[in-house]
Amino acid sequence: MLNTISAILNNGVSAIGDYESISTVTVGAGGQASITFSSIPSTYTHLQIRWIARSTNTSFQQIAGYGRFNSDSGSNYSWHQLYGDGASAGASAGATQTNMLLLQEASTLNNPSNLSFGSGVIDILDYSNTNKYKTVRSLTGSDINGAGTVALRSGLWQSTVAINAISFTESSNFAQYTQFALYGVK
Amino acid sequence: MPKTYDPIATYTVPSAQASYTFSSIPSTYTDLILVMNPIAASNNTITMRFNSDTASNYSFTNLGGDGTSASSGRQSNLTWFYVGDINGTTIGTTLIQVQNYSNTTTFKTCLIRNNVSTTSTSATVGLWRKTPEAINSITLTTFSGINYSIGSTFTLYGIKAA
Repeated sequence: MLNTISAILNNGVSAIGDYESISTVTVGAGGQASITFSSIPSTYTHLQIRWIARSTNTSFQQIAGYGRFNSDSGSNYSWHQLYGDGASAGASAGATQTNMLLLQEASTLNNPSNLSFGSGVIDILDYSNTNKYKTVRSLTGSDINGAGTVALRSGLWQSTVAINAISFTESSNFAQYTQFALYGVK
Repeated sequence: MPKTYDPIATYTVPSAQASYTFSSIPSTYTDLILVMNPIAASNNTITMRFNSDTASNYSFTNLGGDGTSASSGRQSNLTWFYVGDINGTTIGTTLIQVQNYSNTTTFKTCLIRNNVSTTSTSATVGLWRKTPEAINSITLTTFSGINYSIGSTFTLYGIKAA
């Protein structure tokens, strides 16, 4: 028996918690090579990034994307992933990397009308703590009805500096309608 | 900075029921998060639809572990989303996230984490390929029509980007 619940219209009801929207980047026509959040306030405890993205790459169906903190291009990043590609489960890792594997995007290849986007949620814990390295976790995936990847990823930035900037890049450009939203958790 | 992460609706099952629908979902948010603690009359699979769409517009890729091995699967051109296992004796935990659910320019991608402590854990990415429209309802059923049991809970949250 179908049970229908009418949603309580939330217009006018303010959130009372400690989860706040900091900044949003939306890619316009023409695409964008990178996405950056800068001048991130240090007043939160954790950061979360929620995103959808498509690559302008025309050679591969699934595109990986990477993150950096504070413009650090040194070999200060490491990561692990557990992933499924629809056929088998796998795992891989990277150490002493110059960026962190975080994103899983759809591309232009086999993407009719370019309407399919990858998606993800990235958590950066204790991002402003100057007594520890920074730990990141990510859930990400892209499915284009016949191909796709879903992945659980973890990462480490070996720096005790508070994170004040985050940038994302990939092999080509981020396509129009890609959107990254940064949130702070107190 | 504007606070967000708003509760939209919540429901606790008072008597066994076959499905639940969040309807009239406002389009004023950016992302939706659906949190479930479900238990069923017997072991089965949770399935989901958006906007009552019964056409073959759903597909998914998933990653799972059953305590013995890890595996991955994919299905295309389905009439429903695969969410994950539901158990007849153990309450599970399910988190469904849909980013940019209200835009009318892209297909909708959802990310799902599903856990039943006695049987499995899984991560799934799903795609809804109906001509782009905002999601205004979410219906949760089981693959075999098994009832959700008393005490199952369903909560919907909205997150709004600045």
